[in-house]
Amino acid sequence: MKYSIFSLARAAFSGHKTWQRTWRDASPKDHYDVVIIGGGGHGLATAWFLAGEYGIRNVAVLEKGWIGSGNAGRNTTIIRSNYGLPGNTGFYELSMKLWERMEQDLNYNTMVSQRGVINLYHSDAQRDAYARRGNTMRINGIDAALLDLSAVKKMMPFLNFDNARFPVQGGLLQRRGGTARHDAVVWGYAHAASALGVDIIQNCEVSGFVRDANGKVTGVETSRGKISAGKVGMAVAGSSSRVAAMAGLRLPIESHVLQAFVSEAIKPLIPNVMTFGAGHFYVSQSDKGGLVFGGDIDGYNSYAQRGNMSVMEDVCEGGMALMPMIGRVRLLRQWGGIMDMSMDGSPIIDKTPVDGLYLNAGWCYGGFKATPGSGLVFAHLLARDELHKEAARFRLDRFRRGAVIDEKGVGAQPNLH
Amino acid sequence: MRIVCPFCGERELGEFTYLGDAKPARPAAGASEDDVFDYVYLRDNIAGAMSEHWYHAGGCRAWLKVTRNTLTHEISSVEPAAGVGAAKVGA
Repeated sequence: MKYSIFSLARAAFSGHKTWQRTWRDASPKDHYDVVIIGGGGHGLATAWFLAGEYGIRNVAVLEKGWIGSGNAGRNTTIIRSNYGLPGNTGFYELSMKLWERMEQDLNYNTMVSQRGVINLYHSDAQRDAYARRGNTMRINGIDAALLDLSAVKKMMPFLNFDNARFPVQGGLLQRRGGTARHDAVVWGYAHAASALGVDIIQNCEVSGFVRDANGKVTGVETSRGKISAGKVGMAVAGSSSRVAAMAGLRLPIESHVLQAFVSEAIKPLIPNVMTFGAGHFYVSQSDKGGLVFGGDIDGYNSYAQRGNMSVMEDVCEGGMALMPMIGRVRLLRQWGGIMDMSMDGSPIIDKTPVDGLYLNAGWCYGGFKATPGSGLVFAHLLARDELHKEAARFRLDRFRRGAVIDEKGVGAQPNLH
Repeated sequence: MRIVCPFCGERELGEFTYLGDAKPARPAAGASEDDVFDYVYLRDNIAGAMSEHWYHAGGCRAWLKVTRNTLTHEISSVEPAAGVGAAKVGA
């Protein structure tokens, strides 16, 4: 079904009773050219690019629960490409450009809102670091503007500018950054991929790999039977180690819990996405009015999808330092997602040492903004057996070679004891 | 999550910092590159009961060996990590 102003009008006149399911809930066939494990944003985007861009349409996406039930539905919906290190800068900008045309590409309203992302700085040293990052972005053709205090005051007059310990001095702004509706991104990719013939198979948990005599992966064992495959791609961030272990692989990844929060709805307040540079706190306001915010990972290994009070307190303290008036706002919801924390804080998109098995993992807590870019480069790898030029540094063997991409200087945990 | 410190009693999580899996052992000085790579980068990333090191930074400043289930956060045992502290309490 194609969505347009006319389809909306037609449905409106028939009392919205004529809408059809936007994607097809498939049952598994015996064989696919490519099987993708994981029906989150990355897995579905990969399937859509495989079918649309690379002409491989005999594709299945296997999801153990329902699509978008993992981290795709558990994030703070921020999109941006303000990265400074080679490898990251080009990749995230590729992704940003795909966000900008996503709704037209998918024929689906993913509510991409380029409301701007501003990182506040609170010291001279931090200003210099942000200026450097902004310059790196501009050299690479990405928009960036370094704002001084008066520009920040004009843009966000509600901030606490009397904080003696961490005074707001200015910020680095990427105007093209913003937010998107996370669930709609999942449904949009499912809608577009399904229309191209991709089978999206829910409640289908992979329990093992089928290997031939040479050790090549030739299929997967699932809770809905055996499925043979030309190639198998893993896009199961949060559970990458567990799935890779079925193929005898150990990864440079720890699974950690990251919490996010939504307040009760308030009148429009926050015009953009902003981050507190003296702690770790990022916030935006949803269209429904809730403040959507988060901070650091809890800091211990977890698969439990829930966090603890001490980190919740820490995140809220960051928010209070920036805008004390939110102390009157009540917290509505809180949740935890399981992050693939790689050892350098950057993703891994590569072939594995096991023939026929491909890996898309290690997104730490930056996976959502990467969704379209990740789909494109992973589809490229699966289709052509070569690395996409914008993802050529996300190799699995970079840790052994010492070619880590340490944008933030920490991996799973900073060891600052 | 609360951890029952063998020296201080039951304390809130915020008092502790985490090191991670207690299993990897630092390779000897002459160890091979593979062993060092394995120790520094690769993880079992256990889903289930895991023995791990925690540091009671906001209390007695002792290193503890905690057995915790990563699927449920349930803690089944806490003991002093090997070293001076453990020797003091005869662990």
